Amino acid sequence: MKFTWFNLMPWPHLPDDFREKHRSVWVDIPNTLYDPVLGHAVYHTYMDQLEYAEALGFDGIGVNEHHQNGYGLMPSPNIIAAGLARRTSRAAICVIGNSIALYNPPIRVAEEFAMLDVISGGRLVAGFPVGTAMDTNFCYGQIPALTRDKYREAHDLIRRAWAADEPFVFDGKYNQLRWVNCWPKPIQKPHPPIYIPGGGSVETWDFCLDHDYNYSYLSFGGYRAGKMLLDAYWERAAALGKDDSPYRAAFAQIVAVADTDADAEKLYAEHILYFYNRCLRVYPGFNDPPGYRTIRTIREGTLTLLRRENQQLFQNVTWKDLVERGMVIAGSPETVRQRMEELIKTLRVGHVFCILHNGNQPDEKTRHSTRLFAERVMPKLRGLWPEWEGDDRWWIHPIEDRYRPSETAGVPQ
Amino acid sequence: MLETRKGARVRVLEAGSEGGRPVVFLHGVAGLLDEHRFLELLGERYHVLAPELPGYGDSTGEELLEDMLDFSLHGWDVIDALGLGGSRPAMIGHSIGGMIAAEMACLAPSALDRLVLVGALGLWLDAHPVPDLFSFLPFEFGDVLFEDPERGAALLTGGLDFSDDAALREFFVGNARRLGTAGKILFPVPNRRVSKRLYRATVDTRLIWGESDRVVPPAHAERWAELLPCASVARIAGAGHMVPYEQPEALAAEVSAFLG
Repeated sequence: MKFTWFNLMPWPHLPDDFREKHRSVWVDIPNTLYDPVLGHAVYHTYMDQLEYAEALGFDGIGVNEHHQNGYGLMPSPNIIAAGLARRTSRAAICVIGNSIALYNPPIRVAEEFAMLDVISGGRLVAGFPVGTAMDTNFCYGQIPALTRDKYREAHDLIRRAWAADEPFVFDGKYNQLRWVNCWPKPIQKPHPPIYIPGGGSVETWDFCLDHDYNYSYLSFGGYRAGKMLLDAYWERAAALGKDDSPYRAAFAQIVAVADTDADAEKLYAEHILYFYNRCLRVYPGFNDPPGYRTIRTIREGTLTLLRRENQQLFQNVTWKDLVERGMVIAGSPETVRQRMEELIKTLRVGHVFCILHNGNQPDEKTRHSTRLFAERVMPKLRGLWPEWEGDDRWWIHPIEDRYRPSETAGVPQ
Repeated sequence: MLETRKGARVRVLEAGSEGGRPVVFLHGVAGLLDEHRFLELLGERYHVLAPELPGYGDSTGEELLEDMLDFSLHGWDVIDALGLGGSRPAMIGHSIGGMIAAEMACLAPSALDRLVLVGALGLWLDAHPVPDLFSFLPFEFGDVLFEDPERGAALLTGGLDFSDDAALREFFVGNARRLGTAGKILFPVPNRRVSKRLYRATVDTRLIWGESDRVVPPAHAERWAELLPCASVARIAGAGHMVPYEQPEALAAEVSAFLG
């Protein structure tokens, strides 16, 4: 098993009456709610936590990209990853990822990811999300019905740019480049491990399986809701003749560990509820513009949010709901171990993105939860896939002889 | 069902007799609704043909249309396929249909007899913004498209009851197809720079706007009139953006007076 400590970097200073006063945490949220001076401390605290996770033995540390929102403060995850590349030396740096349809031209992603891979000594995990509709369509203006086509073209360009040893011409529909010549190129060959964060479309599964990419299911619906989806993914993998290595899949899970179950609620409930009630308050009209999802996916999707009377998602969500429905795994180390084992086995995943910082959770609580997980939960889950031990097809391959600038920088020669 | 040379399959509503003067109606962003009073009224004097845009209703081939030029040439492909026997049609474009009609006029101004734009999309005025239709939920369209939201909701949905899951899903799927297609020329800002081409549209043009249009504010009519070589403006009371459905009699009278 591989565990990645993931920080969404939510804005922790949303007011108590946020839900009442604002329809959305994304796209049209007033940016007067952001305070850059407070933001200075927020970024450093979050980056410190990522570095702390490496020190405690997490396999990876993870960041991602979102725009114009109070849910996740990384319009450019590569900036955070660059900081981490200098201050860490062992963990995978999982950038999950860059929304490749947004970069113009997407060769920018090929270059920046290559820089991160080179600086980190081959520790980059490269994520290629389509991006949420809020980010991709409403904030960055991509035409919904053409987004997936543009995404596929960007993917092809990046892969070719990493692979080619000579300049080539790229005559795409969305990108025309007379000279593609990637400098630098990534350390990891033929490319860093590629992860595709996705929802439940057959098209995405086939894309992952055809290219042997990791399929990362990132949702806040919890592992019980995720089971149906992962089951269908594994069925698809079998249908396409792929092996069922659990390392083909990743799952993101909100986790909170305390000394006892009661302590977990006492310590973390308010912060996780802050996350659900404020950070996930997205106006449903921004979630799914016509054309963003395929007709087939819409036919199979839920209708709940489309009704006038159902515009208050999670309004009365309670700690009990979150825990019972598996949206949150919280409790004593033993409780968390049991539920994590259930998650890992029922979903058949080799990678878990652990979200141990939530909402406005203070640093000391985050470190407490992180330490308990690393010391008393993680070791007991390591060997859950003995038959796939050593299957590193979806993990980093760093060079042995790497710089460790965190130990030497600034030290007089 | 008509098929264009490019391969789109287009449903065409027809009113009036074949011998009459051809008038082509390009529908708005909401598509051809079930009520056709406006077309019937015009059919009393003209041979009215209303082709449906691919992605709307039963019409297919939307994957063939990606940018403004594709939509405009598709418009001319449809005119060719209608087989009007060489006679130049008058064209009425409503909403997104007005945007397409204006582009078609820029490409081939002498192939049109007259042009009528009703609440046409296609220009951007900072002081009079078009709302973001793509962030609307199904139940919000009636509120913005029509002067009378309740009547509008009923017209838009053909009287569907949204408390019924199957009905809501059908509407939502249809809406995703319609606006998914429309988004290729309307998203994120409904301006594909027809303004710099309008000098070419030398055909006689009438601009007709609902007085309370909340999708394309009435101030847009004046801007179109400034940009088009020979255009005049008329307004219709008691109508929002959906003039052909809100005031079919007044619109038909206005159009007939202009076409002669």
